[in-house]
Amino acid sequence: MIPIDCPVCGVRESAEFQYWGEVGEVSTDGSADVREARRAHYLQVNRSGWMLERWLHAAGCGRFIVLERHRTSNRVRDVRPERAPSSAAR
Amino acid sequence: MNAPRATTDAHEVGSRRLPPRAGEVIDRTASVSFTWDGRPVTAFAGDTIVSALSADGVRVFSRSFKYHRPRGVLTADVNDPNCLLTVDGEPNVRAAHRLVEAGMRVSSQGVWPSLRLDLKHATALTSRFTGPGFYYKTFMWPRRLRPLYRGVLRRFSPGGHVVGSGAAIGRYEKRYVFPDVIVAGGGPAGMTAALAAAEAGARVLLVESGHALGGHLRHGDAADLATLGVLRGRVAAQPAIEILTDAEVIGRYDGNWVGILERSPGGSIRERLSRGRPRALVVATGLIERPTVFRGNDLPGVMLSGAARRLVNLYAVRPGDRAIVLSSDPAGDAAAADLSSGGLDVTTIHAADGITVVAAHGRGRLERVTLSDGSSIEADLLVTATGWSRHSALLGSGGVAWGTAGRDAPAVDAMEPPDGLPEDVLVTGGLAGRGTLDELAAHAAEVGRAAARLADGGVIGTLSVALAPFESSAPYPDASDGIVDYCEDVSVADVIAAAAEGYDSIELMKRYTTATMGNDQGRLSAANLAAALARATGGELARIGATTIRPPSVPLSLGVLAGVPSTPVRETPMHAWHENHGARFVRTGDWLRPDSYGDPIAEVTAVRNRVGIMDVSALGKLDLRGPDVPAFLDIVYVNRWRSLPVGAVRYGVMVGEDGVVLDDGVTGRLEEQRFLMSTTSSGSERVRRWLEYWLQVERPDLRVWLTAMTDAYAAVNVAGPHARTLVARVAEGVDLSADAFPHMAVRPARVAGIEGCFMWRLGFTGELSYEIYAPAGYGLHLWERLMEAGADLGIAPFGVEAQRTMRIEKGHAVVGQDTDALTGPFAAGLGRIVPAGKPQAIGGPELDWQREHVDELPVTLVGLQTVDGAIVPEESSQIVDGSTIIGRVTSSRFSPTLSRSVSLALLRPDRAAAGSTVTIRLPGGAHVPATVQSSTVHLDRAGERMRA
Repeated sequence: MIPIDCPVCGVRESAEFQYWGEVGEVSTDGSADVREARRAHYLQVNRSGWMLERWLHAAGCGRFIVLERHRTSNRVRDVRPERAPSSAAR
Repeated sequence: MNAPRATTDAHEVGSRRLPPRAGEVIDRTASVSFTWDGRPVTAFAGDTIVSALSADGVRVFSRSFKYHRPRGVLTADVNDPNCLLTVDGEPNVRAAHRLVEAGMRVSSQGVWPSLRLDLKHATALTSRFTGPGFYYKTFMWPRRLRPLYRGVLRRFSPGGHVVGSGAAIGRYEKRYVFPDVIVAGGGPAGMTAALAAAEAGARVLLVESGHALGGHLRHGDAADLATLGVLRGRVAAQPAIEILTDAEVIGRYDGNWVGILERSPGGSIRERLSRGRPRALVVATGLIERPTVFRGNDLPGVMLSGAARRLVNLYAVRPGDRAIVLSSDPAGDAAAADLSSGGLDVTTIHAADGITVVAAHGRGRLERVTLSDGSSIEADLLVTATGWSRHSALLGSGGVAWGTAGRDAPAVDAMEPPDGLPEDVLVTGGLAGRGTLDELAAHAAEVGRAAARLADGGVIGTLSVALAPFESSAPYPDASDGIVDYCEDVSVADVIAAAAEGYDSIELMKRYTTATMGNDQGRLSAANLAAALARATGGELARIGATTIRPPSVPLSLGVLAGVPSTPVRETPMHAWHENHGARFVRTGDWLRPDSYGDPIAEVTAVRNRVGIMDVSALGKLDLRGPDVPAFLDIVYVNRWRSLPVGAVRYGVMVGEDGVVLDDGVTGRLEEQRFLMSTTSSGSERVRRWLEYWLQVERPDLRVWLTAMTDAYAAVNVAGPHARTLVARVAEGVDLSADAFPHMAVRPARVAGIEGCFMWRLGFTGELSYEIYAPAGYGLHLWERLMEAGADLGIAPFGVEAQRTMRIEKGHAVVGQDTDALTGPFAAGLGRIVPAGKPQAIGGPELDWQREHVDELPVTLVGLQTVDGAIVPEESSQIVDGSTIIGRVTSSRFSPTLSRSVSLALLRPDRAAAGSTVTIRLPGGAHVPATVQSSTVHLDRAGERMRA
C-alpha cells in the first residue's frame, strides 16, 4: 500500500484507488486490424523503471488520474488529472 | 544413534522454585492450575507455560523437526524454537512466552505416541534418509506412490494440528492506528527514544515483544532493575505514549506502512493486526543471543545465558543443579552470578583462557560436557554466552539492504547499515552500535527527538551522538557437528553435505536445507548458517553474504491475516418483509437477496400459472442524460442505439476491448435526452467505472451525464399470466393494453399512489412481465400493496432460485455463469444482435474476427437436455468424448414446468449440432447421455407467453 496524492482529494491510501494500466506507450491508433488491436491490448511495456499509469480514485472523487510510478522502488513522482475536463462535456 | 527408547525425562518430585528474587514477575499469592499432557500442574500467575513446567521439573518440551531429538529450553522467550506447544486446541503456541491461565490444556505436538516415547526417533536410526533434500530425493518416484508418501509424511510433520474448525481458538481482529512515531522495541533504548519523541510533542506508539517494557533490564542485576524502575515511571507518566506489550512490528512496507502483531490485545480477541503509517519508525529491536555450535548443542539442559537469567531472575526457577557456563561475554559472567545466587554449583569456562566446549553428552538430557583440554565434567546445565546477532529482520524486511547486495555481500554479523536508511526510519540501541548504557541512552534520546522533528514535518538532521560500530563475535568453535538451525533441524553435517552436492551459495543452501525458514525466521540461525557454509566451502565468512529478508519478519497466523470480514452487505428496501416471510437469503455481489421463501418449485409454478413478484432492487441502474447518449451507447454496447424511440427498451451487450462479454442488460429511452440503463446486480459498479472511463478518458468530447441510481429506485418484477390484471389494479395513467404498451417498452406511471414510477414491460422469466421502479423509500409500500392486490389471483413472492430455474427454461444466459473470461457474444449465442460493420464499438476488431471465425471459436452456448430427464447434472460438470473434454454444463435445474431437467452448456462448435448426443461426466464419475437442442430456449420458443 502506498500513499497517492490525488489532485482532487489530497493524499489518500492506494486502497482507495483502482489500477487501470499503463498509459500510452503501446499505440492504439485507430486501426481496425485485429492484430494491431491485440498488440495494443495484450503487449504491455512493463518496464522496470518509471512508467505512466492510470488509476481511478474509486473510493474518492471518482476521477481517473495519471501517476508516474517507479516499478522497482514503488515511488510516485508525479500525479495529475487524466486531462482537464472539457467545459462542454462536464 | 540409538534405537527408539524412552527419554530420561522422569518427573522430579518437588518444586524447582527458588526463594523470592528481586526482579521476579510471578505472583506467589495467586496459584494457577492447568494440565500438561493431561497431568495437573500448579503454577503462579505471571509464569509462562514453560517457566511453570520448568519449575515442575519438566525438561523436554518438544521433539525436533526431522530427527525427533528431545528438545528443551533454549532462549526462554518469544523466540524459543523448542517450545511450540498446543494450548486448548491452538497449535504452535510459543509456550516460553504465553502466560499460564487457569484451566489451560497444554499438550506436546508432533509426537507419536508420546513426548517421552517418540517412535519417530527411529528416523534417527536411518538418518541417511533425513539428510538435506531427502524429501525431494526419496519421495518422488514412482509417481503412483505419491499419495502414500503424502499420507506418511503428514503423520510425521512436526507442526500442531488445528482441531475442528478452529473456532474455539478465538476471534482475530484488524485495526488502524495513527501515531506520529512508532518505536519497535521497548528495551531501554526504545523507551528512551519514545520518551524523547513524546516530550518533543509527538504521539508515540511503543511496541514491545515481551509482557512488560524493559528488554534485557528485566532479567538484569540490581542496577539494571533500578534503571528500569525510573524509565518505566517516566513512560507511564507520559500521556503521549501508547504502549503495546506482547506485540511485534511485523514489517515496514512502502511509504512507511507498518504492521504490528498484537498477541494479547485483550478480551476474547486471540490476536490483532494493527496497521498505520507513522511519520517516523524508530527501530530499537536490539541484539539477539547467538547459540554456540558443538556436538550435542541441542540436548535439553543446554541453553543460552539469557534463558538461564530469565528462568532464575524473572520466574525464580532453578534450571539445573550442576551448571557449566561457557562465557566469552559479560552476559555469561552475569548468568554465572545469577545461577550461583540461586544455589547452583557453577563452573565458568572463559573462552579467553583458550578452553571451549567440544561436545555435550547425555541420553535425552545433558549429563556430561567434554572440553577442548580433554577433560570431561558432569553437569545437568550448560549455559553458553559466546556472542550476539543484530535483530535486523525488521530493517531488512523494510527494503534496507545491509551491505552490498549479491553474493559478495558480507555475512550477517559483519554487516553495517547502508549509506542511507529510508528518510523515515531511524535506528538506535544495540542494533545501532556499541556503548555504555548512558551512551546508548544519549543516542536514543537524540533519535527520539529526530523522530519528533520528522513528525513535525522537519528533517532528521545530523545526530551529535555516535556509537561505536557493532563488534562481530568470533565464529563458533571449529565444530564438525552440532545444530545450526533448531527449528528446521539442520546440522553442520547437513550443511557440509549440501555444500558438497553443489548448494554452496547461501540462497541455495537456505532453499535446499530449509535452514532459516522455520519459526525463528533465521533470528537464531542465520549467522551460524553463514559460518557453517564458510567452513564447508573453505570460503571467507565475509564473502558468504546473507539471504534476502522479506516481510513479514514475524511468523503470522492465517487468522490474524484474515481478520474479521469487513465487507459491507447491502439490503433492499423490502429486506425486512422478506425476513418476516421466511426468506432464505443469497449473496449476489454486495447484495443480500431472497433465494427462496421455502419452496422454489412452488414459486415457479405460481409464476407460470398465476402471478408472482420478485424484489429486483439490486439490479444496477444508471441514469444517462445529454444529447450524445445514443452515440455513447453505440460505443459501449455491441448493438445499435441511435434509432431507439422514446418509450422503447432494447437489450444490450457490452464487451471489453478483448471482445469478451462484460455485462448485459436493458436500456430504455425515457425522454429525448434521458436514458435509464440496467446492469446485472453484481456488475453494476464495474459497469459504472467502465462507462466513466470512456467518458473521462477516451471520449471526453461526448456530452453525457452519468449518475448511479441503483440505490435510488426500488424495483419489483411482476410476472405471470395474471400480471396485467394485477398491475392494472395498482397503476394509474398508463394504457396497459398489449398494443399501447408492448413487450420491450417503458412508461412513466403512478403506481400504488406513488408518483415518479417507471414501468418496464420485460423480464427474465419468459412470462408476461412488468418491472416497476419506484423511489426507494416507497419500495416496501409498493411490495405490500402488490401482495394485497394480488391475493385473490394466487400471488406468491419468488426468489433468485425460482427465477434461475425459469431463466434456464427460457434459455437466458447469465454473464459470468454461462460465459467466462474467454466468451465473446458470438460464442454466447448473441451474435445476432451484433450488426456487421458497425464502427466505433469497443472491441470492434475482435467482434469482426469472431463473426468471421464463428466455427473456430473454442465453445458455443447450447441448450442441453439429459436423455433421462430425472437426472439433473451438476453445474460445471464436464462434457467428455472419451478422455477429451469438449465442453461443460454452465447452468442446470429441474424444470417443474417441463417435468425434466434443463441445462445450458458451453460446447465445442463441431459437436454442437442440434440433435446430437453428448456425454456428461458427473462429478462422481458417472457418464450421462444428453441431447443438444436446436436452441438454448427450452420453453415457449415462440415467446407467446411474454408477448401476451
